[in-house]
Amino acid sequence: MGTLGAATAIQASYFIAAALFIFGLKRMSSPVTARSGIVWAGVGMVVATLITFLTPGMSNYGLMTVAIGIGGIAAWVTGRRVAMTNMPQMIALYNGMGGGAAGAIAAVELFSGEVHGVSVLTLGVLGGIIGAVSFSGSLIAFGKLQGLIKRSFRFRGQNFANLAILALTIITGALIVVNGGSAVQTQVIVLFTVALALGVTMTLPIGGADMPVVISLYNALTGLAVAFEGFVLNNAAMIIAGTVVGSAGTLLTQLMAKAMNRSLGNVLFSGFGETAAAGATGPAGTLKAIETADAAVMLGFSEKVIVVPGYGMAVAQAQHKVWELCQALIARGVTVKFAIHPVAGRMPGHMNVLLAEAGVPYDLIYDEAEINSEFETADVALIIGANDVVNPVARTDKSSPIYGMPILNADKAKNVIVIKRGQGAGFSGIENALFYLDHARMLYGDGQAKAAELVQAVKAL
Amino acid sequence: MIDGFIALYIFMLAAFTGYEVIARVPVILHTPLMSGSNFVHGIVLVGAMVAMGRAEGPLELTIAFFGVALAAGNAVGGYAVTERMLEMFKSSKGAAKPKGTH
Repeated sequence: MGTLGAATAIQASYFIAAALFIFGLKRMSSPVTARSGIVWAGVGMVVATLITFLTPGMSNYGLMTVAIGIGGIAAWVTGRRVAMTNMPQMIALYNGMGGGAAGAIAAVELFSGEVHGVSVLTLGVLGGIIGAVSFSGSLIAFGKLQGLIKRSFRFRGQNFANLAILALTIITGALIVVNGGSAVQTQVIVLFTVALALGVTMTLPIGGADMPVVISLYNALTGLAVAFEGFVLNNAAMIIAGTVVGSAGTLLTQLMAKAMNRSLGNVLFSGFGETAAAGATGPAGTLKAIETADAAVMLGFSEKVIVVPGYGMAVAQAQHKVWELCQALIARGVTVKFAIHPVAGRMPGHMNVLLAEAGVPYDLIYDEAEINSEFETADVALIIGANDVVNPVARTDKSSPIYGMPILNADKAKNVIVIKRGQGAGFSGIENALFYLDHARMLYGDGQAKAAELVQAVKAL
Repeated sequence: MIDGFIALYIFMLAAFTGYEVIARVPVILHTPLMSGSNFVHGIVLVGAMVAMGRAEGPLELTIAFFGVALAAGNAVGGYAVTERMLEMFKSSKGAAKPKGTH
């Protein structure tokens, strides 16, 4: 194949890849077609990668293949093995790798001194900064969710320090652009050092509960970095795919922040709970315990039961038993529905993945907007491992830190049964007024064990 | 060669496309979708390959090597986890065989 033929083949394959990415993402937006969506996007990726080997004038093929092999195999093995509960941090890790790759492209191009023109140089430097921030930031996010980094590091004037590092990064970047890219190696090294540091100092103070928003933000940022490096390399596939992810990721980040009742600025520049503490007085009333047998009778003779699972259920690995319980109820003619709050898992949609793993069909699963009006007609709302997302003070108590957060109206159901390990408060540290209501009953114990007992008790009815 | 304004047009249209494609997505798919879009920016692999193909000297080559390895990790890992998650989504009308029940 001649040089011209190879160039045309490459352009054609990138065009096909870009089209397949968009088509794939579109198909991923419905559960019916989602699986085929990722496969189509995968085909696009394979085509684009293979054709890239034909790029005229390239060398280092041997090492390149080794690098692809190492990165690819390591990611494949970890990706196949990771537990569904650990999915958020794995996404963060793979995303950080993409950011690191974008940063590496920028570094190589800037070192070579062959990037010319103010606009291209600016985009190259910006993409490098964003990629490096996304890389180190995502690694910190991974470390936090994986439990490798246990506490949040905060000190006085932290925002100011971050601002100073950001300023230093921008100044160094501007210097490189002004110099016209004539390879000043030390400047490039300084640029990436401060950018990597910025990702670390930006992410360290952020609490674990806010991490999904941050991961989503870094996902969008990586997309943008890839698009910018696409301009440098004159690669349309990178520009299109990167930009699509950049804007889609930004929207996704906003949706997540909204679902958690947090603004993005709030997540990035303040710690949760700092403004809380005050206000919120404890709810009146007492907690009323219930025995497994009574709970089973209540559930078994209901017409409609709405299950509200929270992350606690996944931690207790109770989702399989809960689904078994629901199947037993369905067999008795009870209508069972699952109500999922957007932040029920570690990130929006995470709970759906965990339920799907247990075999729960997605058409029994409803989100907050779809099901909230139905609680009034439900005989029992079964809360398992959920807390803040069903706390009615979010509707009523203006002094509560979760005030205004959209919640599931479980308190409107005729009866409420709460499976809970002990008498602790929720993730936000707030007492749950729902548990103190007259029609609420507490079933204390391990989620999995209690669900298993309920299965037996319901079957024995 | 993609010059100035053409590049801007591509950028603008792609940005709207990304927004529109995601705008109608139900919450239940947010996690797989984030993972899926994470996979899509794995296209950075082709850029890393091109950069490595023309890298010269040990410093450039080392950085490019890491770039390609990381990019491959992004693409392959993103695919592996997204496919695994989406594969589990089943309708009760289809074969909703409970997996992992003891």
